[in-house]
Amino acid sequence: MGKYVLKRVLLMLFTLFVIMTICFMLIRMLPREMPTDKNQAAIIEARWEALGYNKPLIVQYGIYLKNIVTAWDFGTSWNISFSTPAWDLLTSKLPATVLVNLYSLLVSIPLGIALGVFAAIKKNKWQDSVISTLVMLFVSVPSYVYAFIVQYLFYFKLGWFPPVIKSLADAGGSWFSWTMFVSMILPIMSLSFGEIAGLCRFTRAELTETLTSDYMLLARTKGLTRAQATTRHALKNAMVPILPMIISSFIGILGGSMIIEQIFSIPGVGQLYVQSIQQLDYDVFMMDSVFYTFVSLLAGIVVDISYGFIDPRIRMGER
Amino acid sequence: MSKKIDINSIPKSELVLVGNDGRMSDKKFQDKPIGYFHDAWRRFCKNRASVAAACIIIIIVLFAFIAPLVNTRYDASFIDTYYKKKAPWSQALSNIGIADGGASRDFSEAGLIKTVAIGIAAADKDGTGKITLADGLANEFQPMIKIGDPVIYLDPAKNEMRNFRSRVNVYLEVGFVYKDVEQAEYAKILAWQEETGIQVLYPLVSDYNDTQNTPDANVWYKADSRGAAVDESGRIISYSDNMALVDNYLRDEDGNARYWAYTGGGNAETAQYKVRVLYYNYYRYVNGFEPDYLFGTDSAGYDLCLRLAGGIKLSLLVAVCVSLINFVIGAIYGAIEGYYGGACDMVLERVSDILSGVPFIVVATLFQIHLAAKVGAVPSLLFAFVATGWIGTAARVRTQFYRFKNQEYVMAARTLGASDSRIIWKHIFPNSLGTIITSCALVIPGVIGSESMLSYLGIVKLGSAEVTSLGTLLSDANGIWTNYPHLMFFPALVLSLLMICFNLFGNGLRDAFNPSLRGVED
Repeated sequence: MGKYVLKRVLLMLFTLFVIMTICFMLIRMLPREMPTDKNQAAIIEARWEALGYNKPLIVQYGIYLKNIVTAWDFGTSWNISFSTPAWDLLTSKLPATVLVNLYSLLVSIPLGIALGVFAAIKKNKWQDSVISTLVMLFVSVPSYVYAFIVQYLFYFKLGWFPPVIKSLADAGGSWFSWTMFVSMILPIMSLSFGEIAGLCRFTRAELTETLTSDYMLLARTKGLTRAQATTRHALKNAMVPILPMIISSFIGILGGSMIIEQIFSIPGVGQLYVQSIQQLDYDVFMMDSVFYTFVSLLAGIVVDISYGFIDPRIRMGER
Repeated sequence: MSKKIDINSIPKSELVLVGNDGRMSDKKFQDKPIGYFHDAWRRFCKNRASVAAACIIIIIVLFAFIAPLVNTRYDASFIDTYYKKKAPWSQALSNIGIADGGASRDFSEAGLIKTVAIGIAAADKDGTGKITLADGLANEFQPMIKIGDPVIYLDPAKNEMRNFRSRVNVYLEVGFVYKDVEQAEYAKILAWQEETGIQVLYPLVSDYNDTQNTPDANVWYKADSRGAAVDESGRIISYSDNMALVDNYLRDEDGNARYWAYTGGGNAETAQYKVRVLYYNYYRYVNGFEPDYLFGTDSAGYDLCLRLAGGIKLSLLVAVCVSLINFVIGAIYGAIEGYYGGACDMVLERVSDILSGVPFIVVATLFQIHLAAKVGAVPSLLFAFVATGWIGTAARVRTQFYRFKNQEYVMAARTLGASDSRIIWKHIFPNSLGTIITSCALVIPGVIGSESMLSYLGIVKLGSAEVTSLGTLLSDANGIWTNYPHLMFFPALVLSLLMICFNLFGNGLRDAFNPSLRGVED
């Protein structure tokens, strides 16, 4: 097991390195513009000189990697926030993203699983067909359409919630204040619909499969009631593929949803990414790209490894 | 059998020898054989949801192609800068109460008077200033559809104010505008008026040439500095049934209203005139037809119906192209991986592993920044989708090849001396086609969704006079759609429908092609 994990981690680092290299080359090849302000231009000039911008790309990449390893320096933001380290900028954007997505997961995981279990138990009855139809609709409709709908209903028509989330200053300087939470409800809702539907569909599919398996027949023959057999045997086995999916969505909250952040002006990682492209802030763009790549790779590897922990029958890395 | 027959004593005359006329042999089957695809088709047709989804897709595609043909009045580049962001208005449908070009809005008292006054002035062709409110309300160019009851509230200065929740026709609300025309043009308008009996030119207002404030052609009555209508003695008029506005028309010495003012220019042909026109009729004069926008107009003044048709076409075109290219690349790559296996498979798998690690959004952005200027936004978007999109198809093809490559019929083919490429394409590939086609169908909604997300975020810029996409239309509505819901409603509806239907359609295909489900329902 340990060997397998090590192998996967090394492979991930190698993949990350290759992708980083490609991104770095492509981004550094882009034309750059100096700001008109002379003082700023001088600062940027000095910094670029130190980073070897006039040297060949390969040397630049060496300096970039060296800075990351020795000083955890991913470059500097010039246009979004002048002369701020890109890493600091990214970490300052993380709380909003993580919080909104975390809330949405906390809502959608119990709901999704509960609906899925209900639909599986009532398979082929009208409850199941209602849930399945709704799930089909909700899975397919993109999340920003929900964003428009909830904005229209709860802000424009009913006026219950603000249309975009409050800034940190308005909400009493804390991400955890009540005002902040209320203003986050709309984005949480629009993120949750799809999540709930997806989880519900997955749970239903897995559970219907385990409900028809032979050990369930055995459990019922032994004299367990239907409820007992379902919770103790079927649900436990159905969870084997569901849990890794949930774990990966917990890692996915780091990345967040760009479009939801844009619509509700959440000062998060996704918004930072869009800003960095619009304002041509290349170091931030590079940092964000590496971050997204890392998150998606991490999610993949954690899912694969978690199978081994969750289900002892699965032996990882064996042929 | 109702009639009982005694088997032991059947009379000979009842017995007939079968097959007395020649040899007996197996008969050829009368039924047609049911192949894999025929069977899949039959099972697909049984899935009602998928068939309905396929029908809706066909309707949307037909709409995208037929709308520009049916709508002969406008072409895709027809633009009207006065009719921007206007609500749907169809002359035919407005009679039954839908698409009446109306919008419900709160009107202040001054705003209400100004809007109602458009109808009064439109009835006043000769500039007499004697038209009553009742005549104005009955005029066909009256913008107000329904005037609500006033709601009284206090403004910050504790004055009692009245607010009217009313419904207004947003096209007629444009009302009057000033236009600069050449004398020849002026003569043409006069002739057209004569011929059709439709009044375009209306009397100028005396402040038409106010250089300090841009004069509003709709304020033809006496008003104070804040635009509220006043009577002769300067008191503010409030809205009531016997309200009488005092006109402020430009008049000559005889008291007749003037319709034009000379603003400069040379001879009789090119002399510039300033005129005040009722824009609705001016539109009819210029274009030869009345405005008729089934889905309204977008924020630049294009017909939203045609924009939508163009957007659907582009989104579908990109999606189908991506799906086809993915299909080709994925099939070749996956076939090689799966068929040859071993070291070749190892290396190719690592390559696709690395590629699949790159988040799509990063790929799309990089391609857009590097390529969009050289090859255009749409091709670079295509490249971005294809760059990592084929990996899923390749993985699926590879699995299928692993499944089939050691089966007896492949061994038989190999024993008979078939070449590798023949075995791959003639023997294994057709067997895995069903799965691959399904995955291609499921790629389409993904591509449509990603494309609209990218263009909504502004990472991909597809908007131009000729080209637009569903995502661009959505981002066009961004920020203003609460006031103009139709801008968001139609693109979002079509997008959602497309996504739902393609997913349903793809699921139907998957079930139909899945051999393990064969005969389950029967």
